[in-house]
Amino acid sequence: MYPDSYQESLAKVAAKRAENAAAEPRRMTADEKDALLKEYHPDYREDQFEEIKIGPNKGEKAPHELVAMLQAHSRVHAGDVDLDKPQYDVDVLIIGAGGAGSSAAIEADEAGANVLMTTKLRIGDANTMMAEGGIQAADKENDSPQQHFLDAYGGGHFAAKKELVEKLVTEAPEDIQWLNDLGCEFDKDETGRMITTHGGGTSRKRMHACKDYSGAEIMRTLRDEVQNRKIPILEFTSAIELLKDEEGKAAGAVLVNMETLELTVVRAKTVILATGGAGRMHYQGFPTSNHYGATADGLVLAYRAGAKLLYQHTLQYHPTGAAYPDQIYGALVTEKVRSLGAKIVNKDGEIFVHPLETRDVEAAAIIRECKKGNGVETDHGCGVWLDAPIIDIKNGEGTIKKRIPAMYRMFEKRGIDISKEPILVYPTLHYQNGGVDINTDCETAVKDLFAAGEVTGGVHGTNRLMGNSLLDVIVFGRDAGKAAGARFKDVEIKGKLNLNHVDAFEDELKAAGVETDLVSPKLLSKYVDQKTLLQGPGIIQ
Amino acid sequence: MANEEFVNVYFFGKRYSVPANLTIMTGLEYAGYQLVRGCGCRNGFCGACATIYRIKGDAELHMALACQTKVEDNMYVATLPFFPLQKKVYDINQVEPTQQIMMQLYPEIYSCIGCNACTKACPQGLNVMQYIAYAQRGDFKKCADESFDCVMCGICSSRCPAGISHSQVAELARRINGKYLTPDAEHLKQRVKEIYDGNFKAAMEDYMSKSDAEIREMYNTREIEK
Repeated sequence: MYPDSYQESLAKVAAKRAENAAAEPRRMTADEKDALLKEYHPDYREDQFEEIKIGPNKGEKAPHELVAMLQAHSRVHAGDVDLDKPQYDVDVLIIGAGGAGSSAAIEADEAGANVLMTTKLRIGDANTMMAEGGIQAADKENDSPQQHFLDAYGGGHFAAKKELVEKLVTEAPEDIQWLNDLGCEFDKDETGRMITTHGGGTSRKRMHACKDYSGAEIMRTLRDEVQNRKIPILEFTSAIELLKDEEGKAAGAVLVNMETLELTVVRAKTVILATGGAGRMHYQGFPTSNHYGATADGLVLAYRAGAKLLYQHTLQYHPTGAAYPDQIYGALVTEKVRSLGAKIVNKDGEIFVHPLETRDVEAAAIIRECKKGNGVETDHGCGVWLDAPIIDIKNGEGTIKKRIPAMYRMFEKRGIDISKEPILVYPTLHYQNGGVDINTDCETAVKDLFAAGEVTGGVHGTNRLMGNSLLDVIVFGRDAGKAAGARFKDVEIKGKLNLNHVDAFEDELKAAGVETDLVSPKLLSKYVDQKTLLQGPGIIQ
Repeated sequence: MANEEFVNVYFFGKRYSVPANLTIMTGLEYAGYQLVRGCGCRNGFCGACATIYRIKGDAELHMALACQTKVEDNMYVATLPFFPLQKKVYDINQVEPTQQIMMQLYPEIYSCIGCNACTKACPQGLNVMQYIAYAQRGDFKKCADESFDCVMCGICSSRCPAGISHSQVAELARRINGKYLTPDAEHLKQRVKEIYDGNFKAAMEDYMSKSDAEIREMYNTREIEK
């Protein structure tokens, strides 16, 4: 239930609903978008970034919170653990068990590798599980991989690595088929034809969905398949450092049991990093739609081992995070709500942006509208209305309950019927556009170290489109699994496993004059601070 | 705002005073717990935070997701971060979409006594007993539809006198339905074949070789499907 103070605004939104439902808002020109982003997108707030002092990206910018982790001390040093007696000796070690890690595991297993998965929490505890809206693939008659390429490459501001985008869009249909063949349930009509919609920045309706549990349905299918294959998984066991052999090739990892703190050494011919994103770093004090485990661990591990990062300074703020009530502050309100026709309006019920601009543009437009004083004030700052009831007006009554049941449930539990009332939203930290730089085999700058999914950078340029991250984790997760599954056969681990790169990194820290008490990777965020709990980390105004 | 309002909650029997607008999960954190188990997506999708509570003086036991449920005064809370579900292993390419597979893998579903405790306990409000009934009959489609919003938290199974692992039964039904019982997408098959045959290769190479200015122009003037 909305408080009394919102009622006046709610009445205005309701009064304009019919008119807004029929409206066709104008899209911004390229110049208008550029100007808007520069002035209002959080990525352009220079005071929120600093220079990285050491490592492969020395001299480049990254958010303060990430630099602090990249330039922190290791949790483990030579001598803390006996590297000569690994507890596991495998062909492929996969760090992370979300969508990318699980897809990689299935493919590596298929290739005949002896696979070990390790994950900080449980298999499926990942942003994949929380992806609601859908997955893109150009499989309709009026669409093509090159059209998908144009949308993704342009939406990412022409900054993506073209060859990675090419893979993403070309392998998309095959991977949808793969998921379908595993038993994943897509929204289809009675003839089997996929029901597809637009996402922000798409020029064709190519968003495939499983209601608004798209990621959950994909993730639980992959998890079930991993379990059917009896691939061993160490849960509640996080990698805290990569290991190398005497030639400097990736050759395993040191893991910590999150509960007992026991250390485990894994020797592996190849390593796949699939650790996901970083929303729980709460960059710039934003709330997040991300999983509890999203703390940029993989970036830290890879960076210390010598891998290069790409676009580590660009983050995605999902335009529609829940701004009310407190209990779900920052939670994702899927873009599918807009795909189905909902409009974004200000406190007076006026449309101020096309609902399907790319996410960075949409988010910046909402921030601007709030700064102009046209938002609804909340305890955390401000919000604008996502007028969901328009969906049922345009598509028929019952559409909301059928197509976005998770959203309906989330708000219904809080006494808000989104088929009758709008949703108060404000941008929430959603996705790490950048990450570890990879080639088309998913290999990083460190030999035999592969990476896939949100931990990587380059696929989405500096802004990702809706539906391209679920696609990313499947395409590149599978490809990484195949690549490692082929590579391990030729790998010979030379000499002893070592942490020499960690020693070297510590030396570099000292030489650069970096003084810090922090250790990394972060592993878990702490939420014991009253201010954080009540106000959320606070919206920047 | 209700920030000043506090309630007394009992975590594992110990009393804590926490702000009334918190969830059970953030209440635990407010009290000082650093969660490792029993905390996942924090948004109601992953089923990590199954929780049991009882309001003091009330006989009824409540089951909930800690991240989705507000604290209440005199709430006695125990978390259920793990529940030993039975997950049976099978080859999705070998199973046949008949009742036989349920009998073979999950025979305990036929011991359901119809108490409906599963349905009453479901934090997603699903009709769990009904989807198990569909599974018993081998009606995989109905079982899949009825169970679709399941987050596999295991709460239903914790309440089941027959020892049924409901969410695993439903997972099997959904995979069978998705793979075998739902019609194939012909346009998808067709597109996969076209890509395999290299039909888009030339066009893609052309796009990839465009100059920055050309590709920007193409993007900014592209036609958008209504």
